[in-house]
Amino acid sequence: MINFIQACKRYPGSQDALSNVSFELGEGEMAFLTGHSGAGKSTLLKLIALIERTTRGQVLVNGENTAKVKRRRIPYFRRKIGIIFQDHQLLFDRTVYDNVALPLIIDGQPPREIARRTRAALDKVGLLSREKSFPITLSGGEQQRVGIARAVVNKPPLLLADEPTGNLDPELSWEIMQIFEQFRQVGVTVLVASHDLDMIQRMGHRILALKQGQLIGDTANAA
Amino acid sequence: MKATDQFFQDVSPRDKPGLATIIKTYFMRHAQVFFYSLGQLWRTPFSLFMTAAVIAIALALPTGLHLLLENAQALSGGWDGAAKVSLFLKKSASEQQAEQLRNKIRKMPEIAEVEFISRDKGLADFKARTGYGDAITALDENPIPHLIVVTPKLQHSDAQQLEALAKQFREISQVEFVQLDQEWVQRLYAIMDIVSQGVLILGIMISIAVLLVVGNTIRLAIQNRRDEIVIVKLIGGTDAFIRRPFLYTGFWYGLIGGVMALILVFIALWLMNGPVEKLAGLYQTPFSLHKMDIGTITIVLALSIGLGLGGSWIAVGRHLRDIEPR
Repeated sequence: MINFIQACKRYPGSQDALSNVSFELGEGEMAFLTGHSGAGKSTLLKLIALIERTTRGQVLVNGENTAKVKRRRIPYFRRKIGIIFQDHQLLFDRTVYDNVALPLIIDGQPPREIARRTRAALDKVGLLSREKSFPITLSGGEQQRVGIARAVVNKPPLLLADEPTGNLDPELSWEIMQIFEQFRQVGVTVLVASHDLDMIQRMGHRILALKQGQLIGDTANAA
Repeated sequence: MKATDQFFQDVSPRDKPGLATIIKTYFMRHAQVFFYSLGQLWRTPFSLFMTAAVIAIALALPTGLHLLLENAQALSGGWDGAAKVSLFLKKSASEQQAEQLRNKIRKMPEIAEVEFISRDKGLADFKARTGYGDAITALDENPIPHLIVVTPKLQHSDAQQLEALAKQFREISQVEFVQLDQEWVQRLYAIMDIVSQGVLILGIMISIAVLLVVGNTIRLAIQNRRDEIVIVKLIGGTDAFIRRPFLYTGFWYGLIGGVMALILVFIALWLMNGPVEKLAGLYQTPFSLHKMDIGTITIVLALSIGLGLGGSWIAVGRHLRDIEPR
């Protein structure tokens, strides 16, 4: 699903944010990305979602070489990836329902499909009763669940999460992780960046460790 | 994927939508954004009014001037562009002699048209066209001479040739007086041409101003919704999708501004019509200002909508590319 081949990313006027990162993440696999802040976790996710492009090396997503995706094609490329952010990135002037429905509207789905699938996604994260609320009235954990519902409503084969539990207490974090776990069980590839080592180890999935832009540990290789 | 999972059955597309559904959905989305963007504008009526009023006042100026010019042209419509030479015959000339003279002139190669206006007809015309009908009837005798109006062919219409023609006519014995009608008419038309050109230039400059006003307004709207644009880009919104509400916003600014411009011009014409009719009454001519016709209304609306769309297109094209997720 994701294949990094000696990928490098250098921002102008600074050191390599990522250097020579190589790993492969198979379909339906779940992995955690760890490291201190500044280790390159976000950069790695941005390369996958084509928010940034590699300086050298290759990144293949779903068999597609990201370097070959033209600017015009990026929106269609991104529709196959569900992205979850630490700060949720919700639209605060729209209801929970409208937030979750947005990817389907963008995709040009007919209204009946949108209603059905949006409600299903909200039901999945346990927020169907709040569909008419505005995000500002929800707690941090609930907002994050809205973000997750929006990321999965389009049924993407790949889910990326950048510090999804960064602002949540351990109990809520664990709940969120269980939702990810459920997606993995139905065949979605999940890559989560997090520095919460305690929780990551409890989940028992593959761990990719980054330090100063280099991949220093991969539990798949160690085993 | 495991088909047994309830959730992914629920969020999966149930059946592939047909072409008709896709097209219907597409137009429905457009209609939704169309009215959504109006609703967004309506939420801040004051700023909507401000921008629309700027557009309206700007467009009302050239529209109003254009209509005034059109009225002036209608007023002078009787005088067409071609130069004419009027031969006033001596009182002693009979109607028969006049007709002979007309036939003779008609045979000249440089002449396009000859019109003979007898004394009686001239009197009738005079009474009908001017305000002095009552004064004329007070006279014992018809003071108007026979008149022959000669229109030279266009290629013989320049000043020198006309003068030569006039000289030729002056030598005819029955002719009392030869008048070249052309000069002041030509001057009037030249002035009108200049004014009309001025209105056109003013119109173009104001159109550019409107374009910039709309462009700037849309630019601010884009800045205000920067976060939203980033989010939509992150979840796969195309440029066209993001552009759409802003283009429709420009459309609404144009339409509302155009309608307001027409209302302003309408009020101005209505205010001016009273005094104009009073003035025309003093000359005993039934003249009143021409109202806006459907053509003018269509052009003003099409232009303002076009400028609204164009302005937002420029702004969107300039600024949407700069906003990318980081």
